[in-house]
Amino acid sequence: MFVILLAIPLVSGALLTVAGERTWAPHLNIIASVGTFLASALLTMEIVTRGPRFAFGEQFFIDSMNVFFVALTAFVGMTTSIFSGPYMRNEQAHGRLSIPRLRLYKSMYQLFMFTMLVALTTNNMGILWVAMEAATLTTVLLVSLYRTPASLEAAWKYFILCGVGIAQALFGTILLYFAAERVLGEAGNALLWTHLVDVRGQLEPAIMALAFIFLLVGYGTKVGLAPLHNWLPDAHAEGPTPVSAVLSGLLLNVALYAILRCKVLADGAIPGEFAGNLMMGFGLLTLLLAAFFLGRQKDIKRMFAYSSIEHMGLITFAFGMGGAVANFAGFLHMTMHSLTKSAIFFAVGHATQKAGTQMMADIRGLIRINPVIGWGLMLGTLAILGMPPFGVFASEFMILTHAMKYYPWTTPILLLALGVAFASIFGKVQPMVFGETHAKRLPHAPAITPVFVHLAIVLMLGLYIPPYLTRWFHEAARMLG
Amino acid sequence: MNTTIPLSAQLINLCAAVILLLAFAMLAQRRVMPLINLFGFQGLVLAGSTLVVAVTTHQAHLYWSAGLTLLLKAMLLPWILHRLVRSLYVKWDVESLVNVPTTMLIGIALVIVAFNVAQPISLLSHTISRGTLGIALATVMLAFLMMITRTKAIPQVVGFLAMENGLFLAATSATYGMPMVVELGIALDVLVGVIILGVFFFQIRDQFDSLDISHMEHLKDD
Amino acid sequence: MTGLLGQLFAILLALALAPLLTGWVNQCRAWLQSRSAPPLFQPYYMLHKLFRKDVVLAHNASPLFRTAPFVVFGCMLLACAIIPSLSTDLPFAPAADTLALVGVFGLARIFISLAAMDVGTSFGSLGGRREMLVGFLAEPALLMVIFTTAMISQSTSVATIVETLAHRDIVIYPSLAFAGIAFTFVSLAENARVPVDNPATHLELTMIHEAMILEYSGRHLALIEWAASLKLYAYSCLGLALFFPWGIAERDNVLAMVAAVPLLLVKLGIGGFLLATIETVNAKMRIFRAPEFLGTAFLLAVLGLLVRLLLEIRA
Repeated sequence: MFVILLAIPLVSGALLTVAGERTWAPHLNIIASVGTFLASALLTMEIVTRGPRFAFGEQFFIDSMNVFFVALTAFVGMTTSIFSGPYMRNEQAHGRLSIPRLRLYKSMYQLFMFTMLVALTTNNMGILWVAMEAATLTTVLLVSLYRTPASLEAAWKYFILCGVGIAQALFGTILLYFAAERVLGEAGNALLWTHLVDVRGQLEPAIMALAFIFLLVGYGTKVGLAPLHNWLPDAHAEGPTPVSAVLSGLLLNVALYAILRCKVLADGAIPGEFAGNLMMGFGLLTLLLAAFFLGRQKDIKRMFAYSSIEHMGLITFAFGMGGAVANFAGFLHMTMHSLTKSAIFFAVGHATQKAGTQMMADIRGLIRINPVIGWGLMLGTLAILGMPPFGVFASEFMILTHAMKYYPWTTPILLLALGVAFASIFGKVQPMVFGETHAKRLPHAPAITPVFVHLAIVLMLGLYIPPYLTRWFHEAARMLG
Repeated sequence: MNTTIPLSAQLINLCAAVILLLAFAMLAQRRVMPLINLFGFQGLVLAGSTLVVAVTTHQAHLYWSAGLTLLLKAMLLPWILHRLVRSLYVKWDVESLVNVPTTMLIGIALVIVAFNVAQPISLLSHTISRGTLGIALATVMLAFLMMITRTKAIPQVVGFLAMENGLFLAATSATYGMPMVVELGIALDVLVGVIILGVFFFQIRDQFDSLDISHMEHLKDD
Repeated sequence: MTGLLGQLFAILLALALAPLLTGWVNQCRAWLQSRSAPPLFQPYYMLHKLFRKDVVLAHNASPLFRTAPFVVFGCMLLACAIIPSLSTDLPFAPAADTLALVGVFGLARIFISLAAMDVGTSFGSLGGRREMLVGFLAEPALLMVIFTTAMISQSTSVATIVETLAHRDIVIYPSLAFAGIAFTFVSLAENARVPVDNPATHLELTMIHEAMILEYSGRHLALIEWAASLKLYAYSCLGLALFFPWGIAERDNVLAMVAAVPLLLVKLGIGGFLLATIETVNAKMRIFRAPEFLGTAFLLAVLGLLVRLLLEIRA
């Protein structure tokens, strides 16, 4: 099942590169994504019932922690591909994209899925780095898809900043290997995470501390942690909306997952709460910075990109606190954020297509032109702002209460940031949904289903988390230590 | 005092020192073509030092690494960059945001920081070339400095690649190289990255009529 | 006693050889530039001629102007006495280590710059200011070079440094290579050589050293010219002693000291030829690029020091 999971996006990506202009190509994109999701679901069943497993020797390792990410990634990947079908046809009808660009989009989309799945499932910290770098390269092409000056600028910034970040991560990986080699010898398994976990107590603390700093800063660049978050709003705002959705919903998660893997090793090697404190610091800084930048945004996708940064900061903070409850809340929040934020981007995508602009001042009265999109955006916004009964509320509540209990000094900072974010976003979304407008219909009917599927899941998880999911989160949280 | 250093270690130290020197030379270089040549030369020295490590430690995969470095970093990448520069007609001077002597002083400060960071770690290492870890870190930082002080696209990319050189030096010096799979993956990524950037350069030039990144300052938060 | 005799011999040799070295460099330069060369002993003829001429002083020249040539000459002679050119067995060596040596050069520079400004001509003060600019940048670089070598031998005494370096195993010191290049840069700048200054020109826009001594004549000029030769000789010997110390005699070894003379001649000959080559293949740079040139020297010297700290010291 695992082989199929990786093979589907790789093969369909290659196929779409060659034959991406055929009429069946958009369907292939969707079919491949659905297939990937089904494969991931089956794999999840397998892992849940039979426990962790290896693949390709020991090169790949799937346990309850990463299978959760795999399922989430495949799911959002699937809904995004469904959403992107009509969206991209509208873009083409507006003359913003040519057919070769669409081909590039589809093939890169599948390859991007492939690199993320590899990054999630690999057991080798080196391959993890390679996959992250490859994910950067594919998304650089996706961000610059429109070839406008602004999108090129965004893609360039993205490439350079993430290139720098990823280089730091490579240095961290080298240091990690350096520390591991002293314990595990020069054999090829010194970078295998499962081996590293076994000997993490023997790894040299001085080296591991330095390695973790580099890894955190490096992969943190891709998570969007301050101060290296500058690429994120640009890339989200200038790339096509489906790309914004997968960047926010998936790539940030995968990068954070990489940090979590490293944190497990660092925690074992370094006495005290070094790694956790570092993550809490970066998380708080990011949260605060993003919250205050939110109010200054005029472009709707930029604003929600900053919202992603804010939530990533919060999640990093939660994992930094550590402990079963905070880790559980972190995983829950990651799931909620992925689902909600991609739903918001779907709604935003249609809204901007209707309004013909991304400037929030020019988007008005969505509820009149298309009540479904209007309500979708409104509900998504309420969900991401942490209004009950949506699931984000549950996870944010858990993070807050945990912080109050163990790190009370952070409570005012968290509340301030969340409050500012609420005021900024809600104040801007409200007139967009309920204002006056004169927009016209779109040539292709938008795919609304993904928006509401996501929101429905978020709502459901807010009211009731199924026991198997709870068990699963607990399992993952326990693995994190 | 110094009599215990074997010849191979001396050679590696020499190579590392030359790589550091080349990193500074690149930082000081004002023209595009010599910059690329310096980068190629750095790749050559890097391949040389890897080869020395390989010969001394009899690690077969390091021979491959050395060959790969020679092919990729000393020949292929400079060649691609040369072709790019020629076909894009960019022969102008490299412009720097900070003047060169200041950059150099910042560079020295960075080297001191890097050496201080690496000092305790290199003491823990048992490889013959452990001392070069600090130099590798310094090279990475200098390349980073080059990336942020240059306004043109090509020097930024050269800086990026030089950073990769520094990382590679770190990998060979501190650990005798990463596992082969990882190294191949890294090499592939770098190559693909440069090709993508090549395509990118043309797009940037078409859109902005220049490769000056300072044209690309419109995306701001306000 | 042998020490004192040796010291005396070294000083006399410096006095005698210094103009010869200048002549040799000039000759090589002429060859390399396909000009017909001046005689090897031309500097001696010059000194001879100048010593016989009367001194013409500006009417507002102060006593400083008249004493400066003697001070400068004395400084250079002292420097030549401290630097072990033939033997490390120098009675003067404890009097001044390398740091003091840099100070001696600095003293000479201050005096000649003050004297240049003394008469109040525009060229004089221009040259003096430029000289101070070069000196202020060259001195830290020279100090860094010296620190690098001093770290290897764990002493700042020139004689000790030379003894340590001459007795080491054949080890590649990247730090010494950096220091050597930096030292070459500094020497070129300090001796008013081509990339920074041109000893053969009187073009007002570019000259540094020549601008300072325009007002001098007769025996004063002779002393200054001789001092310039001595400075070149001192720097050459310092470079040779630091980076190619083989063949310099040890303590209490008269024979070795005698044997060191031809070796020194050969080394100086090669060094002079290399200097002429550098001067031929390089163009003189604009005066405002000189800080960058010396900045590079400083950078190299610092790099040498850092590389020394990181690579070559084993805990």
